[in-house]
Amino acid sequence: MKFTLSWLREHLETDATLTEITDALTDLGLEVEGVEDPAEKLGAFTICRVIEAKPHPDADRLRLCRVEAWPDGPGKPSQVVQVVCGAPNARTGLVGVFAAPGTHIPGTGVDLKPGVIRGVESNGMLCSERELMVSDDHEGIIDLPADAPLGARYIDYAKLNDPVIQIAVTPNRPDALGVAGIARDLAARGLGRLVTPETAPVKGAFSSPIGVRLMDDVKDHACPLFVGRYIRGVRNGPSPDWLQRRLRAIGLRPISALVDITNFLTFDRARPLHVFDADKVTGDIHVRLSRVGETLEALDDKTYEFDDQMTLICDDAGPEGIGGVMGGLASGVTPETVNVFVEAAYFDPVRTAATGRKLKINSDARYRFERGIDPAFTPEGMEIATRLILDLCGGEASEPVVAGRVPDTARAYALDPARVISLVGMEIPRAEQVRILTALGFSATGLGEKLEVWVPSWRPDVQGEADLVEEIARIASLTRLPAKPLPPASEGVPAPQLSPMQRRVSAARRVLAAEGLNECVTYSFVPGAQAALFGGGDVARRLENPISADLSDMRPDLLPGLLAAAARNQARGAGEIGLFEVGPVFSGGEPGEQETVAAALRVGATSPRHWVGTRRAVDLMDAKADALAVLAAAGVDTSKLMVAREAPGWFHPGRSAALKLGPKNVLAVFGELHPKVLEALDVKGPAVAAVVHLEAAPFPKKKGTTRPALVVSDFQAVERDFAFVVDARIEAEAILKAARGAEKKLIERIAVFDVFEGRRAAEQLGEGRKSVAISVRLQPTAGTLTEAEIEAVSARVVEAVGKATGASLRS
Amino acid sequence: MEPMQDLDPIRAKYLAEVADAADEAAIEAVRVAALGKKGEVSLMMRELGRMEPEARKAAGPALNALKDEIESAVRARRAALADAALAERLRAEWLDVTLDPRPARAGTIHPVSQVTEEVVAIFAALGFAVAEGPQIETDWHNFDALNIPPEHPARQEMDTFYMARAAGDERAPHVLRTHTSPVQIRHMTAHGVPCRAIAPGRVYRCDYDQTHTPMFHQVEGLCIDRAISMANLKWVLEEFCRSFFEVEGVELRFRASHFPFTEPSAEVDIRCSWAGGQLRIGEGDDWLEILGSGMVHPKVLAAAGVDPDLWQGFAFGMGIDRIAMLKYGIPDLRAFFDSDLRWLRHYGFAALDMPTLHGGLSR
Repeated sequence: MKFTLSWLREHLETDATLTEITDALTDLGLEVEGVEDPAEKLGAFTICRVIEAKPHPDADRLRLCRVEAWPDGPGKPSQVVQVVCGAPNARTGLVGVFAAPGTHIPGTGVDLKPGVIRGVESNGMLCSERELMVSDDHEGIIDLPADAPLGARYIDYAKLNDPVIQIAVTPNRPDALGVAGIARDLAARGLGRLVTPETAPVKGAFSSPIGVRLMDDVKDHACPLFVGRYIRGVRNGPSPDWLQRRLRAIGLRPISALVDITNFLTFDRARPLHVFDADKVTGDIHVRLSRVGETLEALDDKTYEFDDQMTLICDDAGPEGIGGVMGGLASGVTPETVNVFVEAAYFDPVRTAATGRKLKINSDARYRFERGIDPAFTPEGMEIATRLILDLCGGEASEPVVAGRVPDTARAYALDPARVISLVGMEIPRAEQVRILTALGFSATGLGEKLEVWVPSWRPDVQGEADLVEEIARIASLTRLPAKPLPPASEGVPAPQLSPMQRRVSAARRVLAAEGLNECVTYSFVPGAQAALFGGGDVARRLENPISADLSDMRPDLLPGLLAAAARNQARGAGEIGLFEVGPVFSGGEPGEQETVAAALRVGATSPRHWVGTRRAVDLMDAKADALAVLAAAGVDTSKLMVAREAPGWFHPGRSAALKLGPKNVLAVFGELHPKVLEALDVKGPAVAAVVHLEAAPFPKKKGTTRPALVVSDFQAVERDFAFVVDARIEAEAILKAARGAEKKLIERIAVFDVFEGRRAAEQLGEGRKSVAISVRLQPTAGTLTEAEIEAVSARVVEAVGKATGASLRS
Repeated sequence: MEPMQDLDPIRAKYLAEVADAADEAAIEAVRVAALGKKGEVSLMMRELGRMEPEARKAAGPALNALKDEIESAVRARRAALADAALAERLRAEWLDVTLDPRPARAGTIHPVSQVTEEVVAIFAALGFAVAEGPQIETDWHNFDALNIPPEHPARQEMDTFYMARAAGDERAPHVLRTHTSPVQIRHMTAHGVPCRAIAPGRVYRCDYDQTHTPMFHQVEGLCIDRAISMANLKWVLEEFCRSFFEVEGVELRFRASHFPFTEPSAEVDIRCSWAGGQLRIGEGDDWLEILGSGMVHPKVLAAAGVDPDLWQGFAFGMGIDRIAMLKYGIPDLRAFFDSDLRWLRHYGFAALDMPTLHGGLSR
């Protein structure tokens, strides 16, 4: 919403400065988005007189002017300066516009300096309109009437000194979409007196030849009121300067007096109107709902087709206007128009919004009607329009035509002044609360401890006590609101606030970053094809209105986003990529079908090339390590995990697995990604990933902070190594499990320390064979082990492993 | 028995030989020659038994002293030889200390995560729990319960993403939450009042340009009790900004605004300077909007099953990405979600940089 300061002053008598006004507007909730102050640009240009103009001694086309200027303003001592001027109309006696050295010239963008032109000093400038950027005229310098006030600022004389203020109006304030409503807020704040003039009704000289009917389908809600008037014998020329200047200042193009009047009232009083060329209206006007397939060519030269839910203003020939949105082209006014019919109606906000949205029309009228205009002001709006038309275009007005009645919006709410103070936290006395409400047009009367507050017709947003509190608070000023400490939630040291799950999520992030991975935050939506690759892509998880086809489906997994990120980084030349994300994935389209997951992705090499030679390709075990690190950080006893070859299909079938706790509870999956997935996401492998289901891991029961006592044995531990030859597809876990089972008391630790497999192993050990070497540490607790005891344990280990896996000791 | 012969030549001979021994073998040979089983000194000591007592009294100590002297010389010579050998070895052992060590990759935490933890740390100290809610929401939780009825213009202005519905499913479509405010409803419904909670998380709006991405992060704040006022809200936000931006004298401007779910409502600006293209919080003459806030609307309390005649309080919503950009001087929102490794390394945080109030939020 834009308006000028002088426009505001038509409604508000005030001594406040521009800054005071704009500060107050912002504080009141009418946020100032910008102020264009012409004085900043043009304030330095003053009206001067050319005492004498004579030819320049050395240049035919230049003139040497002796200029009388008033540097300290009119009535103060003047001074005479010499100015060299190239304008053809520079002449003795001319009254023009002077710029002193140091002035910034908006039209040329330069700061004026004293100069010497062809050997003659020039100490200022006589300006053209283009140099001031007030028009494109550069034929000559500004030539003012002889009685123009010498020494005065040119912008004041030319009435250009009118700052333009732009405010943002929140959707609850349709009344502030007119200058009068803005003035009311400022007056309530105490910045002046509201002086919006009342308009006396125009007495009609004849009865309107055009009648108006509201049809049954609109008269209750869609259009309960239509006020019209016929005016005959108008001349629709250009509107007067004051009106054109105002419209231009707020960015509207003046068209003709009749159109300008309706635009003016839209912004002056938040009252959109329409003017028909009465000679193009066939028969009477009626308002009804649209019928499917009807069309209208509107004032924007576009043809619109309607469904059966839109309010139309029609005549006997068909639709002539879209209620509350836009008029029709055929019955619009032109320069030749002589008889007009003025329409002021009330259209339902919800239906107007829906119509505008469906037709994709954004008009100043729709903007106001859908927020709710003042229904009670409809008749007066029509009277103001009539008065302006008669004043600017002449003619003679009929008696008003009224169909329907002003909808009843009268309502009152009880307001507890003590509650206002309690909610806002500011001492606003009851009397001041009453004053504020009254100044805003509410009526507040005592009702015991409480007030009974009646709401004015222009405030459809006020629907209860809370809205009244807001009105009082914003007028009283939230800037002035003192901050008051929030009472502490509890005495003493604050209690911890995070849930175990929230701590787990944070720990997962920190541990993956500590593992050398970079955290990403990727979009929750991925392309449909990628979602389908990772088990998603169904209707339930699809967006109805995605912002682009690439962001169409809620992600079923974190990996598509991370892989796409890896591909982008590869395209930028990154060779060692380690990314992770901790965030939501979606198992369905219902609220709650969402799970927090941590995923780590490693692509390419483990590290940049390095002289030690530590660089190698990432592999399965990197991913497994990431999974285990996260699970350990999540408080899982990783020794209890089972490894099952059950990873989903987007992993390499032979190089992936799930980490499970019990047969059904998958805590993590890890592995190499399937080559087809890498190809689809344009990632050059090798690529390995781990996905940890953070919510699936049980939370350890908290049993106090005490640790169990440390038990250590002082007897000598013994380490024995065994190299087993087994079938190449035997898993190490099978060997370890059998060995562990052979001696449950003494074995303290057991680990694989060598695997010999592949072609050379096959040559030495036989086709399809490999060697797995394990070390077993025996820790006695009752006495030092004898050689015989050690031998006995060793024999049991060999036997158990052999029985379980067919292994034999490597000779 | 012969009287004791003169020991001095023997001493001189062996001490000279020890001193001349050039390596371990030579010194062992000298030791054996003098003190070995058949060494000269050992043999002489064996003769002592056959001496007259008088002579033995004189010869015994002398021989023992000679033995000790040679032994001591051997030890000293050995130590000297070892030192010389070590010195020689160390002279040969030389490494290029300017080379890079084995690489250890330093990972990073994303600014959104780090700043979220900073926000949590501050509000936890004020007694606020951390609440969560689903990102696919019912339109009731996202709109109706927050006093945004279907025809409300705010619904259109929010650029809502809607979930698709299978053919034949006539229910109102779910939405991607457009703000974290529905967590207010879920938190109060689940935990009742009084309550203090913040709810950080992802939110979604169908908008993409220089300064908007279709997904971003907000943190909701909610504080409900018997007598919480807007003045308390102002204090909490002032405390938050002072602590978060780590600038003394942060100045906030509360100005009236409108949100359907709060009343009265205020937008909050922070004083800042853009001098030289560099943003500085807490100085200058510009104001930068950082959040929306207000007193929770009675209809919102009622929607969450809370009696608005007995309870009141405030709520606020703030952009996490936005305050991260402001605090750490990150220019482009879109880059937050692009996962460019160069960006992640530059703007990310070290794994061990846990923000705490006692240690400071940032380094």
